[in-house]
Amino acid sequence: MFEAIAFYLFAALTIVMFTITVMTSQALYAITAMAAGMIFISAFFFILGADFLGAIQIIVYTGAVMALYAFGMMFFDTTRDVVEKRTNPQIVFVLGVLAAIMVVAIFVAPVVSNNIQALYPIQENIGNSQAVGMVLFTKYLVPFELAAVMLLVAMIGGIVLAGKKMDKSLTLMNEEDILSMDDGFEPQEGGH
Amino acid sequence: MEITLTHYLVLSSILFAIGLIGVMRRKNLLMLFFATEILLNATNVAFAAISHYIGDLSGQMFAFFIIAVAASEVAIGLGLLIVWYKRTGKIDLDQMNSMRG
Repeated sequence: MFEAIAFYLFAALTIVMFTITVMTSQALYAITAMAAGMIFISAFFFILGADFLGAIQIIVYTGAVMALYAFGMMFFDTTRDVVEKRTNPQIVFVLGVLAAIMVVAIFVAPVVSNNIQALYPIQENIGNSQAVGMVLFTKYLVPFELAAVMLLVAMIGGIVLAGKKMDKSLTLMNEEDILSMDDGFEPQEGGH
Repeated sequence: MEITLTHYLVLSSILFAIGLIGVMRRKNLLMLFFATEILLNATNVAFAAISHYIGDLSGQMFAFFIIAVAASEVAIGLGLLIVWYKRTGKIDLDQMNSMRG
């Protein structure tokens, strides 16, 4: 009973938040609505007994990813609206519904076929975090290490891409120096 | 009133549809990244639900790796977006047509 109430409550909240994210024209509304939606998503993980996944969801998405997006929003000039030309909304709607049905079919197909068996069954006597650790560091050890290398590559890539011209501190320079180094840092008008 | 796997899959598909509509509707590249995060989260919900109802931990493992991929994608994507913004001063998808595709 309480599970049903929680499910419907959080489902409605998540759908509303993500709809705001997709439909609003204000970047600030979009980012706050998406942060709220991520936290509501983690509620589903807690309901489903995946405690560790829920905690990771909160830490990674509303901690790291949202901080990165906030950094991006500060960097870009988000007050200026990007003109969003309306494509044909019917085509968009039909394509979205078709793709969603396809996703449901993909996920339901192994369940319906009934020959799926649990390779790593959830044991009752140990907690979720412990079980996740045991599976992650035995069966999924190589993908885990690969994911670590991938995150390292992403970090270095992000620093290299975004860190150009960041050896100069704009706050410690006077106005003339900032104006004289403007070429290349300020966006050029009309393409490159 | 029992919440079954179907409930979660329907919810996941609704979230996925919202994300897809966002991907097709947005022209601002930063907003496009938001929509891709919604897509990844929709699949995460489906993975966690199937993991719970089948009693298998593999679904949660895949959700972990999806979260790792999403974090890397944000870092690299924002880096590339910053480089593009420094070069052109625009983050509009329609003006990204230098290849005349």
